[in-house]
Amino acid sequence: MNSRAFTHLTPEMVAEIEAFAPRYPSRQAVTLPALHVVYERLRHVPFGAVAEIAELLGLAPAEVQDTLSFYQFFPQEKPCGRVRAFVCRSISCSLRGGEELLAGLCDAAGIEPGGTTADGGLTIEPAECLGGCDHAPCLLAAGRLHEKLDPAEAGAVLETLRQAAGPEPSVAG
Amino acid sequence: MGMAKFEPVLMEAVGVAEGHTLESYRSRGGYAALERLLAESQPAEVVEMVKSSGLRGRGGAGFMTGVKWGFLPKDHPGPIYFCVNADESEPGTFNNRFLMEDDPHQVLEGTIISCYATRATTAYIYLRYEYPRSLERLQAAIDEAYAAGYLGGDIKGSGFSLDIYLHRGAAAYICGEETGLIESIEGKRAWPRIKPPFPAIEGVFRKPTVVNNVETVACVAQIARRGVDWFRSIGVPADPENPRDPGSYGPKLYCLSGHVEKPGCYEAPLGITLRELIDDYGGGVWKGRRAKAAIPGGISMGLATEAEFDIPLDFKGPGSVGCMGLGTAAVVVLDETVSIVDYLHNSCRFFAHESCGQCTPCREGTSWSLRILERIRAGKGRLKDLEILLEMGSTMGMMPGSTICGLADGAAWPIKNAITKFRGEFEDYIKRTNPEGWMVTEAVPALEIVGAH
Repeated sequence: MNSRAFTHLTPEMVAEIEAFAPRYPSRQAVTLPALHVVYERLRHVPFGAVAEIAELLGLAPAEVQDTLSFYQFFPQEKPCGRVRAFVCRSISCSLRGGEELLAGLCDAAGIEPGGTTADGGLTIEPAECLGGCDHAPCLLAAGRLHEKLDPAEAGAVLETLRQAAGPEPSVAG
Repeated sequence: MGMAKFEPVLMEAVGVAEGHTLESYRSRGGYAALERLLAESQPAEVVEMVKSSGLRGRGGAGFMTGVKWGFLPKDHPGPIYFCVNADESEPGTFNNRFLMEDDPHQVLEGTIISCYATRATTAYIYLRYEYPRSLERLQAAIDEAYAAGYLGGDIKGSGFSLDIYLHRGAAAYICGEETGLIESIEGKRAWPRIKPPFPAIEGVFRKPTVVNNVETVACVAQIARRGVDWFRSIGVPADPENPRDPGSYGPKLYCLSGHVEKPGCYEAPLGITLRELIDDYGGGVWKGRRAKAAIPGGISMGLATEAEFDIPLDFKGPGSVGCMGLGTAAVVVLDETVSIVDYLHNSCRFFAHESCGQCTPCREGTSWSLRILERIRAGKGRLKDLEILLEMGSTMGMMPGSTICGLADGAAWPIKNAITKFRGEFEDYIKRTNPEGWMVTEAVPALEIVGAH
């Protein structure tokens, strides 16, 4: 157990990560849970946090970075939006307007696929099959599947996502 | 042939109020089979029960579940691990989502029985990131099961102990490959391992391991509850003329999506025909249109044309019309307006994105097939491209022996299958959109593409 203060990992994050350790016979197996813990809090996993996870788990930073980079899921350079919308483009959604939905949402938000709105509220990115094919076209955002969306109503869908993202937090001081 | 009367079993909780709770599951007879087996049966007897049921894995490969369990070393000192593959990511597939969201205790009971049979004392449910509701429901069910004494130490006084943990993925298709899944649990990049050794001998944390799909363990729960004879009364019996045919027994969850009136997850006996599923369950092709083709079992399987819709959706049927197999039994219908070029582009894009990059033929083959399809769609296709695609399609994969896992076979099959079955449409498209260059055979530059790596 590591007791020194980290720069990126808060004591709460460390406690949450350590709670996973008894589940596995190796500390390396805590890598993916740890990445999720940090991502859920910071909406990205900067390299500094990677190095601290490595220290906590007794690994080389390169080992944790190797795993992180493999998934292409955890943003590293900067946080993703407060809401991250995954818009399905796989076959079942594509047959029912998924690509038009993605394009319409990005147009309405004024960003490219994979981009984040200027207020940091919303990231919109293409995703492979979300397993919501019976509700195509669909997207995953704010912890739930948004089902049977109409690409022609992309503006209204965007508004729902914006509301889920909430207002831009005011910067104190 | 009309829709046969068939009472859903695996999906009996769908639409039941609070069907996901322990109270509901027990009121439907849940966990009684587990308690009975723990009290009355030895693990080897449970293995024998599953073997004699003829249950074949529901994750895609269709391997005999009891036989897979039988590969574990005898009298191993342990630990033995059990992994539930809930990384359902094959495009068109969502049956595991129904099971985990609507009846998580059925999944848990099946897992506990499977662990008892295999003497596993720790199970990981590898759950894909994209299923937050499954995460919530499974975790609540696990908590309930611990509180009720179905998990933890000395379950119901049997001396058998088991812990089940959820392990959340991070949006990578390759984690559904069982050794990729194992590497991912270990905290590494999900690169599949060369086999042998198979996981039964050396799996997660280098210990004997079984990996079974969610629907497979749900079937185990129902076999334990209703018996081997019940299970074998459903589906397609083994061909008596073919000693190597294990048959297609039991109920199956069919996913139906794409251009049908009523997309959904439908439970039916193994062996209903593609046409029955689309017409009787799915309400037919949408908008009164005709079907062009359908994917019979997830995008890796290729296409059955409309003329081939009378094939049975059992473990043998799709293979009889040039599809790779039943796969995940996820049917995706393409209506007559769909361009075969767009379909294949979508398939190639998926695999180029999901190739893990370990084996060069797959990493480069999936990427280049996408680039070629991008160029064809941009009006710069050549007839020669079809030959190049076919060559790649026949050289990348486990079957030709050039890759470690089957992802490349799944990428290659739709290419070979579509060009073989729809060659005329590809050629017409290329000639129409590239009247000046369709006959060129010298190398041409690739288009810059986005989204492939």
